[in-house]
Order: sequence, then structure tokens, then C-alpha cells
Amino acid sequence: MSAIATSGQRDTAPARRGGPAGFGRLMLAEWTKIRSVRSTVWTLLLFVIITVGLTALLSWLSVSHWTGPRAPARDATIVADPVGFIFGAGIGLGQLTIAVLGVLLIATEYSTGVIRASLLAVPRRWPMLAAKIVVFTIIVLVLAEIVAFACFFIGSAILHSRVVVSLSDSGVLRSTIGAGLYLTVLGILSLAIGALIRHTAAAISTAIGVVFVLPILSGLLPGSWGAHINAYLPEQAGILITHTHEVSGDLLSPWQGFGVLCIWAVLLLAAATYLLDRRDA
Amino acid sequence: MIEARELTKRFGNTVAVDHLSFTVLPGRVTGFLGPNGAGKSTTMRMIVGLDHANSGTATINGKPYAQLVNPLRVVGALLEAKSVHSGRSARNHLLFLAQTQGLPASRVDEMLELVGLRDVAGKRAGGFSLGMSQRLGVAAALLGDPQVLLLDEPVNGLDPEGVLWIRNLMKHLASQGKTVLVSSHLMNEMAVTADHLIVIGRGRLLADAATDEVIARGSGQSVRVRTPDPDRLTRLIQAEGGSVAVSTAAAGTAAAGTGAAGTGAAGSVTTAAGDGRPPDSGEAPVLTVTGLPAPRIGELAASASIVLHELTPQLATLEDAFLELTADSLEFGHFGSEPPAAVTDGSPR
Repeated sequence: MSAIATSGQRDTAPARRGGPAGFGRLMLAEWTKIRSVRSTVWTLLLFVIITVGLTALLSWLSVSHWTGPRAPARDATIVADPVGFIFGAGIGLGQLTIAVLGVLLIATEYSTGVIRASLLAVPRRWPMLAAKIVVFTIIVLVLAEIVAFACFFIGSAILHSRVVVSLSDSGVLRSTIGAGLYLTVLGILSLAIGALIRHTAAAISTAIGVVFVLPILSGLLPGSWGAHINAYLPEQAGILITHTHEVSGDLLSPWQGFGVLCIWAVLLLAAATYLLDRRDA
Repeated sequence: MIEARELTKRFGNTVAVDHLSFTVLPGRVTGFLGPNGAGKSTTMRMIVGLDHANSGTATINGKPYAQLVNPLRVVGALLEAKSVHSGRSARNHLLFLAQTQGLPASRVDEMLELVGLRDVAGKRAGGFSLGMSQRLGVAAALLGDPQVLLLDEPVNGLDPEGVLWIRNLMKHLASQGKTVLVSSHLMNEMAVTADHLIVIGRGRLLADAATDEVIARGSGQSVRVRTPDPDRLTRLIQAEGGSVAVSTAAAGTAAAGTGAAGTGAAGSVTTAAGDGRPPDSGEAPVLTVTGLPAPRIGELAASASIVLHELTPQLATLEDAFLELTADSLEFGHFGSEPPAAVTDGSPR
């Protein structure tokens, strides 16, 4: 009891300091949440290793098997769009870790019950989600751009003996920056999926389904409407921004495709924000 | 001050909280009592805005929780379920909460010290025992030095030392003029902790009064007497204005001092007989006397040279009062001829 009694005299002091809860405070709190859990740190590390590692590995394999008789078609695609090849290799798998991280960030709050503490602290609710998205966006954008440029330089250096490509070539800089943008918005979209579904495993499955499975399924649809559906899926549309130039048959330009991805993310976020407010936590 | 006005919450077809109105005043510990499923947790979750009420309002110092600017500086809540990421350390859990309220990190360390978790502050909360988790929950609730505290079943699963710690903490906070609302289904715990009681059953208000009053209202006091000569003593007592109910003994196992085992004396003398106890012819019959104090009964017996085997004042307990209040509202229905005390683990603390 003595401990309680002594604190009773002191503990009025901190409560008098400071003004109302500003958005900066909420961002600081979300940053603390992210950095203080191992799974988020590991997922980011995995993202870097997988993306950069796979890019280097696949580039090296392509170059070392360049003259192989079974690979001329593949070699031709690399020559046609070396940047698209570089990003296709690592990001194809690396994007999975970003999607998982986005889901984890909010879904684990529900699975562990932290959401109750979070919402007690921020009872208007949406500022908490907004702060989480802003902090996540900053972290992923910075890391994804670094990784994108690292992939480009590593990939182009390895391919150099067969194909020469530089950042000043047409569309290359846009593709590289776009790769980071694509990963970031995909992460935000996954976070929205996590906020909507609230169960970690179900939300991760859904996010993977959206990124990997939907394009395959829609690819099976017959006729031009199947192609249209396919083109407007988040992953299919968004990845266009990593291509240096449009290919005949593309229904969307790179920036249009990225815009479609952004619209998906905004719609899901709007739904998530609405439900966050309406549902019991 | 906490005010609930006509709070109502439905889950599908079930009405969990039914037009519940009450006021919790500062400066005392208010017990929030009800059987499991009575709607205690739901009510507390509605007060702090985690659940949305279907109708009615709950306010804290006149404002809905969602409109509080730095809510943790006004209200501290310890809710029943865990709300800590198992992979996050106790310090980081408190730190992010402090940051949302603009509280300095030093406040986190103060709280860890207060609840005795300083040595494990950097450890993952997933490895904490139930008692440590409760302490962390208390630290989170007290973080912003709030004027209002809501504690949902805070002593659940705690060892006796922890129970005492929480009990003293609540009393201390109330003595500082804070508003303390603590829910429990343990009547004995509330009897020694709460100054005031709000009793609910099936989401409805059953009682809102001082703890003493709730106990007194429940049943009159009685005296349990065993004697080999019940007829003569009965006549003497009745001549003095007392009333007597006779039942065959055997229920000598009752924790007589606390009455916690449900002597059935509650209310009227006639309930004592045939209250479901197995008959036992070998023992002296039990007289349940109301209307006369134990010393007077002893004097009467002595004056007539009647041998007494037992003379025990029966205090009506909060448990008796509670069971009487909630008898019709238990989620799981009635218990036939069982004595009502079987509903709880009447072990006295």
C-alpha cells in the first residue's frame, strides 16, 4: 500500500501536462507498436532478403544459361523488357511479405485483444487506423523504394553482359519508382483486408487470394470480358507500372493500372473505416 | 461520475442489457454485481464505447466516452479479457498507450514500479502469469491517473495476496475521491470491498443501494439453536415474542459463523423447515429463531435449565441477499429443491 500511497501524490503531475491528442502522438504510438513486435520486424527483413535475393539469383541464372538452346523465348522477353524481368523476379514473391505485414498489423490487434486497449485510448477509432496506415506507408514506401532501386542496380549489373539498361532509358526510372509505389499500395490494400476480416489467418488467405489466385481464376474466363476483369484486378493492374512500356493487348497504361490499384485500396479502406466505426470491438 | 440512462444492448434476439439506468458516484467503491451472463461486462464495454448501445446513453462526467479528448486521463478500464500482444513487452505495451495520451515515458516506469512488474518490464507479455497480466492491466488502467475506474472481474484467478492487493488498491483510489466501479459475481468479495452495490440480473437493475442496506434488505437476522428439548424452549421463546421454525438437524456442516452455506433462514421462519436438508433423526433438532437476540435465548434456556448444544447468531450475508434478488433472473434457471447457496462456491474468504 505504501507504493500506491506515494504514487498518489505524484501521479497527478503528468496528467496536467500536454494538450489534446494530436495525430503525431498517434503516429508515434503506432510506430512503437510496429517496432516492438518481432513478427513485423522479421517480415520486413524477409521482404528485403526475398526480393533482392531472388532478383539477383534469377538474373544470374538467366545470364549463366543465356545461350542454352531451350531458352531463346525467355531470352527474347528479357531483351524486350529487362526492367520488367528484373522486377518480375523478386517482387513477384516479395510482395507476399508486404501483403502479410499489412494484414498482420491490424489483424493481430484483434487476435491478441490489443484492439481494445487501442480503442480505449482512441475512442473515435478512425484516427487510430489512419495513424497506422500513415506509419505503415512511410515505412514500406521508404524500404520498398530502396529495395526497388537495389533490385534494379543489382539486376542490371548482372544482366549487363547480355542486355544493357540504364535508369535514363525511357520508362526505366518510372518503372523503378513504380515498383516501390506498387508494393506500398498493395500493402495498404492488405491492411484494409485485415481490418475488414479481423482474423489473421482468414485475412492472410484472402490477401494471398487477391494477389495470386484471382488473376489465375480470371485468366480462365473466356472472351474479352474475362480479359477485362483480369486487367482490372488489383495485382494485374498495379504491376503494369513496373513495365517500361505497354505491350500490345494491355488494356491499361502503366499509370492507369496503378490508378486502378489505388482505387481498390481506397474503396477497401473506406469500407474498413466504416465498419471499424460501426462494429463492436 | 458514471451515468447510464436506459442502456439497452441486444445480441440477435437476446437482450443482454435491458433499459439499465444507474449512477456511479465518486469517493466510494461501487460494486457491480450479477450472475454470469447478467450483462455486467457488456454494460462496462458500452460505458467505454467498445460496444455500441442499441438505445440509451452512458456518460462519464457528463460526456460520452468517445468525446473525451484524452480518455485514458479520465477513465481507466481493466476489462476481463486480455488486451496485450503476447509478443510485446509490458513496457512497450504501456509506452504506446502513454504516447497516445501525450504522457511521458517516465510515467510508464512509475506504473511498472507501482504494480510490481519492474523486473519483467522488458519480457514478452505472453509469458506472464494470470496475476502478472492482471497487474499489467491495472498499470494500463492507472496510466493516465484517471478520475474514473472501471474494473471488470479484477480478482478473477488471482491468488489471495493478489486479491488483497486489488481490494486495497480500489479502496485507496476511492478514498482519493475517484469513481470506482468494479464488477464481480463473487458476493463475499463485494461485501468486504464495495460501499455501494448495483445488482443486475438478465440485464435489468435489481438493486442500487448501500452494501449494508442490500444485506439488511435481504433477510432478517436469525439465531440457530440446537437443543435436545425443543418443545419447552420453543414455548419459552414464543412467550417472549420470538418465532421459531423447527427442522431436523444434520446441517451442522453449515459454516454457521458466516451463514455462507445458505441456512435458508432468509426471510421468513417457515422456510427453515423442509428446505431440502436430508432428515437426520440422530441429532438434536435445529430451531431457527427470529425476533430474539442470541443472549436472550441463552438466558431463557438457562433460566429453565434447558441444555443447549448450539447457539449461533446467523448473519444474513450479501450472498443470501444477492440470491434472493437474482433468484428469478439466473440465466440457467432454477435449481428445484436444492438450497440456493449451491449456486455459488459459498466459501467464505
